[in-house]
Amino acid sequence: MSAVSPSSASDAIIACDGLSKHFGGVRAFTDVAFQARRGEVTAVIGDNGAGKSTLIRCLVGVHVPDAGSIVFDGREHPFSNPDGARKAGIETVHQNLALIDELTVAQNLFLNRELVRRIGPFAFLDRKAMKREARSMLSRLSINVPSINQRVRRLSGGQRQAISICRAVGSGAKLVVMDEPTAALGVQETANVEALIRRLREQSVSVILVSHNFDQVRRLSDQIWVMRAGKMAATVRASETSGNELVALVTGAA
Amino acid sequence: MSNPTNNAPAAHSAGAPEESRPSLSALLLDPSFWADWASVVGLVGLVIIFGIAQPVFLSVANLQALLLASAILVVLSIGQTFVVATSGIDLSLAAAVMFGAIVLGLVNAAGYGILIACVLAVLATSAIGFLNGLIITVGKIPDFVVTLGTLSAITGLGLILSGGEPTMVGSTFLLKLASGSFGPFGYPVWVAISAVIVAHIALYHTRFGVHLLATGGQTESAGALGIRTNRVKIAAYTISGFCAGIAAILLVARIGSAEPLINTSLLLNSVAAVVLGGVSLFGGRASILGPAIGALMLTALVNGLTLLSVSAFYQPLAVGAIVVLAALIMRYQK
Repeated sequence: MSAVSPSSASDAIIACDGLSKHFGGVRAFTDVAFQARRGEVTAVIGDNGAGKSTLIRCLVGVHVPDAGSIVFDGREHPFSNPDGARKAGIETVHQNLALIDELTVAQNLFLNRELVRRIGPFAFLDRKAMKREARSMLSRLSINVPSINQRVRRLSGGQRQAISICRAVGSGAKLVVMDEPTAALGVQETANVEALIRRLREQSVSVILVSHNFDQVRRLSDQIWVMRAGKMAATVRASETSGNELVALVTGAA
Repeated sequence: MSNPTNNAPAAHSAGAPEESRPSLSALLLDPSFWADWASVVGLVGLVIIFGIAQPVFLSVANLQALLLASAILVVLSIGQTFVVATSGIDLSLAAAVMFGAIVLGLVNAAGYGILIACVLAVLATSAIGFLNGLIITVGKIPDFVVTLGTLSAITGLGLILSGGEPTMVGSTFLLKLASGSFGPFGYPVWVAISAVIVAHIALYHTRFGVHLLATGGQTESAGALGIRTNRVKIAAYTISGFCAGIAAILLVARIGSAEPLINTSLLLNSVAAVVLGGVSLFGGRASILGPAIGALMLTALVNGLTLLSVSAFYQPLAVGAIVVLAALIMRYQK
């Protein structure tokens, strides 16, 4: 087990230091230092109430931390709301996926980023281009859906998760944040989503992964950060740790 | 409507150009097919029944009259469709038509040109729609309550402004609009056709259309992706108001005066046409052609019953039965 060690900022896509967040009298976390390296999958684990969701929400602009600094892609305090974070290049795969059931796969992939053709003062959807792009986005990540013209409502949980991840990656995000991406999935679907995250790593997409599943975290991530009772308890390389050590770190038995 | 496909994800099927189409018999046995095409099936059914029972129904003159009579309802149904697509409802739609008509009549009677009167009428009804949207989104009050309130308020305002008296509008422009024709159709029919085309393009070929459906489908998810859902909703209600203004002009042209107390079935029929057109009252899925054909179907129903000398008292009964039946079929929509 190594201490929380500061490393050079140049290889960090996002780094924070001395971060604190309170809700009224309730302390979510205090004096947290955290960083995610470029092109790596960085996992954040911890028990319920350890503060990991709040930390993630601070990183993606949903919450504004009370104290501390966040440096994203070399810029300090880059955003104050989720829209700003998106524009800066942080995409979040929400736990509820933020998909529109009644729209098609292609429409969802390009939602609020639609490609248009301008004719005079009017802008019309370039549906052909969007469908073509959608197919290549999906095939780049080897995601199988019956058809890009299918309504998302009719897809399985794993396919929906894949679409949501694909949208985040396809937008050209510098960092993709996933909150419990397999929490609601069955065994086979979990395997599919894990394979997808592995492909993201092969393609050097920077990912922050929040998970409860220690085995999954060891399989998927490069670096693991452990939160316990509102503090950053430890950080370890995934390749140098064991499931037992992670359990010990999370519960404080170490 | 998307083509139904089997759910088995074949390898690389995402890259395949199109999914296979189901056979015709499978299509006809699928209840969702009937749900999606309820208004077309209903219209064709009515035309066949009335055509057999009363051959005059199929005469060119009657069909032209039918189209002419349906123009106002078609325009209103389009306005209602935009609101329903956001999972809202505009109960003030018919009241807005009356209000627009009164504004038109009073401005014209005050000696201003008919064009100014028409523009002011449309501006007034659009403003009503804008206000509806603003109160619903910013005030976070249910659409049902807000538009019900607006219904009452603008009906009252119309009575106050007009003193409850009809205002004659003797304008050659409106007379031409009501009675003139271009090609096979009267001008009001062309107005309705233009409205259908513009609305169809807005719904299916612009970012606004996608954002409208996204807002109606899952407002929170749409918001999480940066769509300004409040703006989209306000725009939908404003479009509804705009359509009410166009309908007001057509109505005044048709009856030659602005009547504050005219009792019409426009509100219920506009909602009925939307339901018949396969638009989900829960928002998120909509078409323009569906409600337009739904409006045609309702007009055909009244027209046919009249030709068969059925008492006018039976017409609301028939409309009500058909709408509830359509709603039942809609349950099978995918």
